[in-house]
Amino acid sequence: MIKKLAPYLKGYGKYALLAPITIIIEVLLEIRIPLYMSKIVDVGIKNGDIGYIACLGGLMVLMALLSLLFGALSAFFAARGGMGFGKNIRQAVFHKIQEFSFANTDKFSTASLITRLTTDVTNTQHTFMMLIRMFVRSPIMLVSATIMAASINKGLAVVFLIAVPVLGTALAIIMCMAFPRFRKMLTCYDNMNGSVQENLIAIRVVKAFVRQDYENKKFADDAEALRMAQLRAEKVLICNMPIMQLVIYGCIIAVLWFGGNMVISGTMDNGQLISFISYVTQILMSLMMISMVFVNFVMTRASVSRIIAVLDEVLDIVDVDAETQVTEGSVEFRNVSFSYAKDRDNLNLENINLTIAPGEMVGIIGSTGSAKTSLVQLIPRLYDATLGQVFVGGHDVRSYSLTNLRNAVGMVLQKNVLFSGTILDNLRWGDEGATKEEIVEACKAAQAHEFIMSFPDGYETELGQGGVNVSGGQKQRLCIARALLKKPKIIILDDSTSAVDTATDAKIRSALREKLVGTTTIIIAQRVSSVLDADKIVVMDDGHINDVGTHEELLANNEIYREIYESQQKGVA
Amino acid sequence: MPKHPGPIRKPGDAKKTLLRILSYMGVYRWQLILVVFCIIISSGAGVAGTYFLKPVINDYLLPFIGQKDVDLSGFISILCLMGAIYLAGAFSTYLYNRLMLNIATRTLKKVRTDLFSAMQTLPIKFFDTHPHGDLMSRFTNDTDTLREMVGMGIPQFISSTLSVTGVFIMMVVLSPALTILVLAMLVIMLFVVKIIGGKSGYFFKKQQQELGRVNGYIEEMIEGQKVVKVFSRETEIKDEFDELNNALCEAATNAHAFANVLMPIMGNLSYLHYALTAVVGGILSIMGWSDIGTLGAFLQYTRSFSQPITQISQQFNSILSALAGAERIFSLIDEMPEKDEGIVTLVRATYDPQGVLKETDAQGATCWAWKRPLPDGNFTYTEVKGDVRFEHVTFGYEENKTVLKDISLYAKPGQKIAFVGSTGAGKTTITNLINRFYDIQEGTITYDGIPITDIKKPDLRRSLSMVLQDAHLFTGTVRDNIRYGRLNATDEEVEEAAKLANAHTFIRHLPQGYDTILTGDGGNLSQGQRQLLSIARAAVADPPVLILDEATSSIDTRTEALIEKGMDKLMAGRTVFVIAHRLSTVRNSNAIMVLQNGEIIERGDHNSLLEEKGKYYQLYTGSFDMDLDE
Repeated sequence: MIKKLAPYLKGYGKYALLAPITIIIEVLLEIRIPLYMSKIVDVGIKNGDIGYIACLGGLMVLMALLSLLFGALSAFFAARGGMGFGKNIRQAVFHKIQEFSFANTDKFSTASLITRLTTDVTNTQHTFMMLIRMFVRSPIMLVSATIMAASINKGLAVVFLIAVPVLGTALAIIMCMAFPRFRKMLTCYDNMNGSVQENLIAIRVVKAFVRQDYENKKFADDAEALRMAQLRAEKVLICNMPIMQLVIYGCIIAVLWFGGNMVISGTMDNGQLISFISYVTQILMSLMMISMVFVNFVMTRASVSRIIAVLDEVLDIVDVDAETQVTEGSVEFRNVSFSYAKDRDNLNLENINLTIAPGEMVGIIGSTGSAKTSLVQLIPRLYDATLGQVFVGGHDVRSYSLTNLRNAVGMVLQKNVLFSGTILDNLRWGDEGATKEEIVEACKAAQAHEFIMSFPDGYETELGQGGVNVSGGQKQRLCIARALLKKPKIIILDDSTSAVDTATDAKIRSALREKLVGTTTIIIAQRVSSVLDADKIVVMDDGHINDVGTHEELLANNEIYREIYESQQKGVA
Repeated sequence: MPKHPGPIRKPGDAKKTLLRILSYMGVYRWQLILVVFCIIISSGAGVAGTYFLKPVINDYLLPFIGQKDVDLSGFISILCLMGAIYLAGAFSTYLYNRLMLNIATRTLKKVRTDLFSAMQTLPIKFFDTHPHGDLMSRFTNDTDTLREMVGMGIPQFISSTLSVTGVFIMMVVLSPALTILVLAMLVIMLFVVKIIGGKSGYFFKKQQQELGRVNGYIEEMIEGQKVVKVFSRETEIKDEFDELNNALCEAATNAHAFANVLMPIMGNLSYLHYALTAVVGGILSIMGWSDIGTLGAFLQYTRSFSQPITQISQQFNSILSALAGAERIFSLIDEMPEKDEGIVTLVRATYDPQGVLKETDAQGATCWAWKRPLPDGNFTYTEVKGDVRFEHVTFGYEENKTVLKDISLYAKPGQKIAFVGSTGAGKTTITNLINRFYDIQEGTITYDGIPITDIKKPDLRRSLSMVLQDAHLFTGTVRDNIRYGRLNATDEEVEEAAKLANAHTFIRHLPQGYDTILTGDGGNLSQGQRQLLSIARAAVADPPVLILDEATSSIDTRTEALIEKGMDKLMAGRTVFVIAHRLSTVRNSNAIMVLQNGEIIERGDHNSLLEEKGKYYQLYTGSFDMDLDE
């Protein structure tokens, strides 16, 4: 795990290294202070030597100041190192997700990717910062305090030999008991949050069915489960503090007793006894810190492994470094089969053979789940065919670089997204350098110009996140305009006019015909009227091409097509 | 998680909020008193234990140094006393933590359930105007910080304050002279805490802003990742992200540097204090104004003086931000709930042999009835038939933005009324007024002759069933989801409803059939399948009035044709309001209302509207742009 994340220290490695180093210096400096103090008591006071006391005092002050300096430095280094590390990881994960193919993204789900990039990265970064500070500081403190204590009095240091393992074992037992309970608690927590989220989304359903009491009860059960889980988990953890106190207090009494006897018998001095007690507290506190860091570390392990899962994800679609450009808009499917699960026994598309000539307008129709979308997604290589080959412009799609291929294939997705920013910003996604005229032309073709101009700010209208400020039909038309601006060789509209009325839909199609001479147009539609005038219509049924033909041919010969047509035309005549 | 001081959000009225939190904990006041008592013992034990260093050294060690066969009984008994005090301390520590855990988890559960049930009572308008993320964060971030404050923050704050006070008192008792040094150090420490705390608060606020920006960007771009891919915009997106990420890193580094630095500074100031005390104490001892025992105990105290101060300063920030969170929680709880001034309720009823409508239990019921209380304590009953009338209804989501203008319409029992028109014409709004998701500004809506404002909202809504365009499902089995329509429906009734909606076939193909668990809003089902389930849900509810808002929009026309029979059966004998994009769906309605800009511009049945050759005719033949009026 550590090996996996180490490369992300790049650029911040020196800070991540300097932080523990300065912290070690800090510890080594401050650890000597109680020792000097014991000399003040045992030598200075005993001899009444004010000069000696002042001298040692000065030394102690100097050490404290230096230690302060190094401590502060290490705080800065740790912050820089920790946050830099977090930045690198966040960047790496984000960049990696940008490389993801659709299949990769589907596997993780958007919500989980977002959590990984936000909560998980933040957790990791905090734990790392804590790690480079405390995980070094505490052991060093433990070791050097023990050495100091032993150097004062070896016999008395035996107390630690008993105390440290006792405390260590107790803490280890607590941790081992607590972890599974904490994991359970987190699950309960997720469940509860899930049910809140669900209620927020479906509040209208809850209210329409008057299920408030039912939902309240369900939630109360979740909250109670969480409470119990939390109680069970923390019940164990709160034993930490009293056990720790018991051991420290026990040590102090033991040191006072044995040390006291030594003082009386003259084998130890008073000052030494006092400083010894200082070390007792320090040693045991550092053990406590180690256990705390450890708790954090293990709690973060889940986050880290979730991040690593993203970083380690094998890219489903491998880009090739090729100069080849798509020169024309022909498409050919040759014996193509496709499965989302890459399972040859569970195919979503089976044995597809289809040829589309450059400049043709092709309609695809079929019932929900007949794999229309799956079919067209293979063209810009959003997914790779499981079997067979897909050709664009006469070459296998896998022989183009993804950028070249996708620049030539414009696609308006079924579930399309606009981004925050102005309408113009969004349209420019299609073509960064598009002139105002080109943009207006594309919008006119997509029947979007008119409504854009009806907004007070026109093309400068802010869309808001997800394009909340426009209606469904307007959004679809903006998405079409955006795709048109790419001036692609092939344009695919995947049910992109479902919220647009028939008349506008027809206008868009005729504009596409006029403006995009030579551009291959593929339209997936629910409505027969949307594909009626296509050069050919592909009828999909359960992952197969059922038939290909013109409207008239299909109406005459194809059962499914006729059924769809009739279901939509009832009562027109 | 490591405790990092969050952004310091200042609560508006800290005292009021704190009192309110305490009132939540009021039920546990005896336990709380015990907690405070235990904290006093626990901190007291720590403070007292250290004091024993003085008598141990002065009375039992110094006098006996170099002597043989000394009487150690006094020494032993004082160590035993120390042990007893320490034991009591450790036990009290455990006890107060355990009690607090109990109090905190119970309090938090109460807060959570209060918050949730308050949320359930809010009007739809509230959800329209508040982003989900904002509401969610009250359940997550805000309750989390509140939990930390109640469970750890408050007891630690009390304990630290007691420790500092106790240590200070003991220092004064031990040596007033050395305490002057303490005061000087205290001033310096407080000064440092103030400066650094302020700086770190400032930078944390900045970090939080940057974090918000980065997280917002992440959310947007991951949601839209497929679009990014289709447009090959990866490089630009990465660059933009890196820029935001770098800004965040800068802000975060500053914030954490200041937060981190507090501990070493305070720790070493404490060492400085320790050193100065040793010197001054040493000199005082030589002068004979002090002794080694006092110095030993005093030195231990200086070490335990700074830590609680650091803790107080950290706790103070987290308590402030928890109070701000609590304030947000309480503000939601205090939000005005949906108003319900209705008095008429919905009951099961039957006609007795004399033909008088009588309230009855579910078994003997033949119909539903509206029950209206009379001033004399009696009730009148009206049979629920499903007669809905709008008279001159005007409505706007916001005061001065009218969405519906002077709408009058009626639906007689058993009629099917359809609304067509472009997006934003007000179709959905009309149906949302019937079940009082929103209240109208002018006019009246009556249901079986009763103004709907007179009917209790839950009863009103129980008499209507809605199938919405976004078919929301809940985590649970398919069966549970259908049964959501009527909780006491039997398994047979659930399956019957599923068959009616043509959902039975696909449900049987699911891995566990009706017991398949759906998660994440039914994410494993297609939109069409979810709509079928939500139709089944409405079917099982068996209401007198049905509202179908684009209920079949994601079901392809072939499947729609298949469920047509089921839908007809579902609609039979009920008053139905239908909104549909597809005109084929609304064709056989008794009346079709064509809406434009919030007004009914045409009404009639299919044939008469076609004959009229108006907007409906144009819509139907496709020569009229539905979206022009948006």
